[in-house]
Amino acid sequence: MRSIVAVAALGLLLGAAACGGDTTPQTQPSKDKGSGKLEIWADPKRTAALKPFAEQFGKENGVQVEVKEIAENLQQTFVTASQQGSGPDVVVGAHDWIGNLVQNSAIDPVNLTAAQKSGFEASALKAVTFNGQVYGAPYAMENLALIRNTELVPTAPASIEDLVKAGQDLKAAGKVSEILCLQVGAQGDAYHIYPFFASAGGSLFGSTSSGDPDPKNVTVGSADSVKAFTKLKELGEQGSGALKTSIAAENSIASFAGKKCAFLVSGPWATKDIKAGGVKYDISAVPGFAGGKKATPFLGVQAFFVASKAKSKALAQEFVANYVTNKDVAKALYDAEPRPPALTAAIAVVKTSDPDLEKFLAAGKDGFPMPAIPEMAAIWGPFGQAEVAVVKGEDPSTAAAAAQTAILATLKK
Amino acid sequence: MGFLIGRVAAVGITAAVLLYTVPPLIRTQSWTMLGILAAVTAAVSYLYLTKRHVPAKYLVPGTIFLLTFQVIPVLYTFTVAFTNYGDGHRGSKQEAVGAIERESLVEIPGAPDYALTVAARGGEVVFLLVDRETKAVQVGTAEGLSPVDDAEVSLTGKVLGAPGYEILPAGERDGEVQALAVPTARGAIKSSGLSRAIEFHANRKYDPACDCISDSGTGQRWTADDEVGYFVAADGTNLIQGWKVNVGLANFTRVVSDPTISGHFLGVLIWNFAFALGSVALSFALGMVCALALHHPRMRGTRIYRVLLILPYAMPSFAMLLVWRDMFNTDFGLINRMLGTDIDWMGSPTGARLSLLLVNLWLGFPYMFLVTTGALQAIPRELTEASSIDGASAWQGFRRVTLPLLLVALSPLLIASFAYNFNNFNAVRFITNGGPYPVDNNLVGKTDLLITYTYRLAFEGGSGQFGFASAISVFIFAIVATISAIAFRRTRAQEEVYS
Repeated sequence: MRSIVAVAALGLLLGAAACGGDTTPQTQPSKDKGSGKLEIWADPKRTAALKPFAEQFGKENGVQVEVKEIAENLQQTFVTASQQGSGPDVVVGAHDWIGNLVQNSAIDPVNLTAAQKSGFEASALKAVTFNGQVYGAPYAMENLALIRNTELVPTAPASIEDLVKAGQDLKAAGKVSEILCLQVGAQGDAYHIYPFFASAGGSLFGSTSSGDPDPKNVTVGSADSVKAFTKLKELGEQGSGALKTSIAAENSIASFAGKKCAFLVSGPWATKDIKAGGVKYDISAVPGFAGGKKATPFLGVQAFFVASKAKSKALAQEFVANYVTNKDVAKALYDAEPRPPALTAAIAVVKTSDPDLEKFLAAGKDGFPMPAIPEMAAIWGPFGQAEVAVVKGEDPSTAAAAAQTAILATLKK
Repeated sequence: MGFLIGRVAAVGITAAVLLYTVPPLIRTQSWTMLGILAAVTAAVSYLYLTKRHVPAKYLVPGTIFLLTFQVIPVLYTFTVAFTNYGDGHRGSKQEAVGAIERESLVEIPGAPDYALTVAARGGEVVFLLVDRETKAVQVGTAEGLSPVDDAEVSLTGKVLGAPGYEILPAGERDGEVQALAVPTARGAIKSSGLSRAIEFHANRKYDPACDCISDSGTGQRWTADDEVGYFVAADGTNLIQGWKVNVGLANFTRVVSDPTISGHFLGVLIWNFAFALGSVALSFALGMVCALALHHPRMRGTRIYRVLLILPYAMPSFAMLLVWRDMFNTDFGLINRMLGTDIDWMGSPTGARLSLLLVNLWLGFPYMFLVTTGALQAIPRELTEASSIDGASAWQGFRRVTLPLLLVALSPLLIASFAYNFNNFNAVRFITNGGPYPVDNNLVGKTDLLITYTYRLAFEGGSGQFGFASAISVFIFAIVATISAIAFRRTRAQEEVYS
């Protein structure tokens, strides 16, 4: 066994040498001496925004800072590299990674003072708290909202029923070709349908005594969730036709920007394309069903994490806890991509120049932080397929039961 | 001369590999690997510096690459299949313990807020701590706190200098800074970044005596279970941080005994065969027809046709798969728009399966066209001419002469193509992702291949389970290897007939 691994490693070394790439096996963190170097991994959008600030941090502290762009699968790449000891000191990612990163012992808690904690929006801080510890420094938040074409629909609909009615009228008048652009796709999309599902009374997990999602209690197949799926069926292809599997991630924003639909359910990332399409728009909270619960969108938070196997961990803690919690950094990251900052002070700075921001924040006021527990990964696929089934007009109770079975089967392991 | 260059190149590359890999191996203290590396280098150098063993000179490079890129990955997959390696079980027990202890650190309420300066005293890393309220300066060492006199303190609480202490620049001796815990009556003072220190208390501690984690706050206790790689409490719940353990044959038995896997295995396998055979047969048939047409002596403009036919092969298949997926979209897709129809292509099992085969045909036939064109050049025209003089029709000439000769040349390629399509993850993943799914079964779709189905089981259902995925890979490997072995044996028999 051991020799096989050794030979395998030798093979990899030979391979690396043969390719001439920079896949040099990294050294273990040395025990006695820090390298005086901070390495940060981020996705392409954030890399450019981070660079100037990282360099400034390097100058102030007399260390070398490198921001590395990871184009694909940042989370998996980080976990794997971290395990091998070739990972970064700091990684930038979404708060719902926390469960997986913690179970792999890949990140450490971030020590923020009470004063620093009070500077964040409460929901953002709650999102990065896992097992009672703050695991990341949040810097941006995002949630879904209803974006509407104000030339076609001057006032925001009060309920989903009003929305569908308005969409149907516009479609009948030939002004649009679709009632609503809410991406479903052939595989379903739990993230985008969740506000509707929650408004109709559906839920994913029960909650523990502390109010966190309880992975032991999956409620996708519960009676309330079946009712919610029934409501979705009524909006589906055999019903009013507001939800369609042909509307998918790759065409929903483009269709709205191309004025093929008057309503779009999407997030802050959509505004750039909409502006480019020259559509006059306004943003409001996703409406709920008349007489139903609130249509709570998922709240996503982007955060900085400190790697457990950081080579310069004290430096990494300094960067995450005391440097990026600064409002200028939050503003620069906002300029790179318009997602509302998580620092209350930064929101105040940004909102004067961007009216959309406050509207998105208002739409996410009741947002439900996306569960960070690792079990959440088992939800997406089966839930999406149940969504597709009911949108196509299949029986809601069968679809919900099938999703419940599939989720439990994968969680059981 | 050529021999000399070959020798210099071989020894040079070996030396380069050695130079490249030795420093990191020494740093990580991987002595076994270093030994193997040295032995291989010595053997290769000897081989190319001596005049003996001529055949080995030609065989060794290929053998090394075969070992490196074929045999070792297969063996590695086998070894991983016997562990629970995957998300939650990636690291060692020691790492899990460290993470659990760090997670349980809580700031002691009401403790002083210390401004931190990292310094060295006689080579030892110490903390110079300034209480932000009282401005008292203390030094923290592994022994505890003691007062410091004559320190020069800045407005922000940074110590600028103190006699007998050397202020360390940021990032210097980071490991020691991290490791230093200054013991206090209530817990320990640890660094939080480089400018702040916090007095912590660890709620959870690992006790090697009972091999367990105990919580001093609640008195709860989690005992290490080396069968599953978790710390488990008496009530069966476990701490989330796990570690990698050997699980024996558990991954293999799960494939056989878990009804969610074995129950769908046969259905998926049948479609998997149909897909692989269909893809190869259709693309070979179309490719061959095109090649035969262009091979005809009276055909004009063959060059331009050839270029056009090879085009799909020249485009990146990933992008083309996504383009095809969008063309099949019910409302916005090109196909429905051109035909003026409203068909949900991917909605019905048959539609989705035919669509997949169609896309795969489009992607695959240029390759078949290319290789058939090549093989046709090698078949002497005299043979078909002779058969027509003997009175055979064109069809008989093709059926009895050309096709058998083609198959002798192309069988290995067809088998390889079959093995490739048997595991054609990209096509299914990008176009249908296994769908459509029956409404009462979310686990397996109507177009799922073994590889896409198991990918979903192992990597999307919760977390990356590499151990389990490796066990399934071993099964798939066995299936494909068996089929290929049978096919190659039959091909050999055929070759004996025709050559």
